[in-house]
Amino acid sequence: MKSLAELAEIREKNRSKVILPDGSKNLRVVVGMATCGIAAGATPVLNTLVEGVKAEGIADKVAVLQTGCVGVCQYEPVVEVYEAGKDRVTYVRMTAEKAERVLKEHLVGGKVVEEYLITTAQKA
Amino acid sequence: MKKKLTTVEFHGTPEQEAALRAVIKKHAGEKGAMMPILQEAQGIYGYLPIEVQRIISLETGVSMEEIFGIASFYSQFKLNPDGKYAIAVCLGTACYVKGSGEVIEEISKQLNVPVGSTSSDGKYSVEATRCLGACGLAPVMTVNGEVYGSLKKSDVATILAKYV
Amino acid sequence: MAKTSLYDTTFCKTQQRLALRNCGVIDPENIDEYIAMDGYRALGKVLTEMTPDQVIDTILASGLRGRGGAGFPTGMKWKFASGNRGNVQKYVCCNADEGDPGAFMDRSVLEGDPHAVVEAMAIAGYAIGADQGYIYVRAEYPIAVKRLEIAIDQAKKYGLLGKDIFGTGFNFDLSIRLGAGAFVCGEETALMTSIEGKRGEPRPRPPFPAVKGLFEKPTILNNVETYANIPQIILNGAEWFSSIGTEKSKGTKVFALGGKITNTGLVEVPMGTSLRHIIEDIGGGIPNGKKFKAAQTGGPSGGCIPAEHLDTPIDYDNLLAIGSMMGSGGLIVMDEDNCMVDIARFFLDFTVDESCGKCTPCRVGTKRLLEILDKIISGNGEMEDLDKLEELANYIKSASLCGLGQTAPNPVLSTLRYFRDEYIAHIVDKKCPAGVCKKLIRYEIDPEKCIGCGMCAKKCPASTIQKTDYTAPGHKLPSMKIEQANCVKCGACMDTCKFGAISKH
Repeated sequence: MKSLAELAEIREKNRSKVILPDGSKNLRVVVGMATCGIAAGATPVLNTLVEGVKAEGIADKVAVLQTGCVGVCQYEPVVEVYEAGKDRVTYVRMTAEKAERVLKEHLVGGKVVEEYLITTAQKA
Repeated sequence: MKKKLTTVEFHGTPEQEAALRAVIKKHAGEKGAMMPILQEAQGIYGYLPIEVQRIISLETGVSMEEIFGIASFYSQFKLNPDGKYAIAVCLGTACYVKGSGEVIEEISKQLNVPVGSTSSDGKYSVEATRCLGACGLAPVMTVNGEVYGSLKKSDVATILAKYV
Repeated sequence: MAKTSLYDTTFCKTQQRLALRNCGVIDPENIDEYIAMDGYRALGKVLTEMTPDQVIDTILASGLRGRGGAGFPTGMKWKFASGNRGNVQKYVCCNADEGDPGAFMDRSVLEGDPHAVVEAMAIAGYAIGADQGYIYVRAEYPIAVKRLEIAIDQAKKYGLLGKDIFGTGFNFDLSIRLGAGAFVCGEETALMTSIEGKRGEPRPRPPFPAVKGLFEKPTILNNVETYANIPQIILNGAEWFSSIGTEKSKGTKVFALGGKITNTGLVEVPMGTSLRHIIEDIGGGIPNGKKFKAAQTGGPSGGCIPAEHLDTPIDYDNLLAIGSMMGSGGLIVMDEDNCMVDIARFFLDFTVDESCGKCTPCRVGTKRLLEILDKIISGNGEMEDLDKLEELANYIKSASLCGLGQTAPNPVLSTLRYFRDEYIAHIVDKKCPAGVCKKLIRYEIDPEKCIGCGMCAKKCPASTIQKTDYTAPGHKLPSMKIEQANCVKCGACMDTCKFGAISKH
């Protein structure tokens, strides 16, 4: 990297992928893949989502990524869905089967799966 | 940590020795290379028997007592080979206050293997480890890297039954 | 609209994430995502707009103190090492040897935002005039190591590490060194000796590392969380950072909240937040309706804080004043079922094991402390042992060579200070109030509840449970009885009994 301009260019190119701009139709899905997440079984969850998004043909609109620890150890594995103009959605204690349902109902169907929300888990 | 020399016979292969010599060559002339060499040597053999330390000493010109001093100082360096089933129970604080002390005792009792050693047939090794960093799942144990969390003493028999 | 997010929970609402700002947000294995979140802009800024002294002045003015434990001002450390730039080889080191059992803040930063540490170390290199850095990370953290390796590779490919960064002529390179599981290597001089490839034993200071550190060259060493704050201080300014926290402790602190608590997790709060807020509001209190007994901070170097001090605003100085310390940020909650003498013994056992053996007060002193504690928990303690504990603990504190020994007696001293009655119960009444210390508890069978099935006798490894000749009204078989003399206190009988007839006293 030889100049600040070069850095700014990379920043601009990627900014909209991390922080979805208003009006974007894209979804950003992150799976907590720190040691604690992996120990709790995040790997099959991530794989299910990555494969599922490809199989459903929505990979251009839905980005599935790994991320670090959000800090809620006892709710791992955690999956979060970001959508422009909406509250982020936090799914907790995920499994491959639950991920399958989130894929079909939320990522494809656009409907939040209430049962798996952190706010639901806390009420229980 | 107190360390005991192993009674298990050394069975190094020529391939392992060639790999070890390659590692030593790679680090030749590098500052502070002894730790990486020992770490990679343990990666090749699974532990650091005296025979391996001797090769390193001859190749690097560092004395045996210095190498043994390092190998015995750090708890990660193993002077004994792992069992076929390597059981590690976390005794970090978060696990301890939630009862991991009872869990490791139970494992040791059921397998009849004292903590920190390998059974005479080489099948099981039982180790108390420092914090594994999975405090949210406390108490935690691993068997060959497979993680078991939120343990109770009564779970031990079921878990051990998978490894016979 | 229904609340859906983590940030709608009480766990997250009052947290303020600086060091953890990217954790759980970006993909740690993709440098582009870090750059998208303003990554490496701070490095660009210092290299193109600031002199090295201005960088140090900014860090000084921010009031940032070391997050690894002792809380030494970071800017001072940098200033001490800044002389003679360009004429001598210097090193920048990162302490990622998170040895405090029960703490995992640094692991989370390395696994969630490794580039923040890489960027900060390059900034530190520019500030003091070093072109080489080492990150010393625990080998027990394989994922953190892998992500750091990826981060360093990516930064090299982008030219953000290496030669002539941003075309300014500044060179900086980074290497990873794996720790091999020695707690003492968290001490700065021991860590450097370990990077040099030797037994990780500390050495006396002075000379301080800023003068004679790694390979005998001027060196600075900071902890992971400290570094994670640096890029934001550069971008947002010293005033922004120093507006958060208390008078003498600026910014936020990450705590690894664990033990007997409803919400285990990573918590980042402004300095000055009370323990009560962290435990009751963020942590959701103690599960199963149990009563709070103590909060342990600072790991084996810290102490146990009782309920009466829960409202103390947490910062470096307040924690020291109540006999504990910040440490790296482990925060373990204990309830009425935890025995404080046993906890003190647990930590002492740890330090005895981890004492490197170089100096006598620590090597021999901690062992003697442990022996006295063993005597007490086995029911053989005498009242004068308490004075002996205190006297010996103070000798170890004042005479040990390094931080490990100097702080090793803290768990004993703080439990003696706040939970003396528990020690006395072990010594005078020969009882463990929490029912933890094996030699002081007994299992008993209630003859009225026992139906005489004999399952407990079958399970008993010591064959010490026998039939009596008493049959309770309504039962067909005579009840069982434990012969106390041979009991090994394993608790197998109580676990086996389906009728709740066996209890622990």
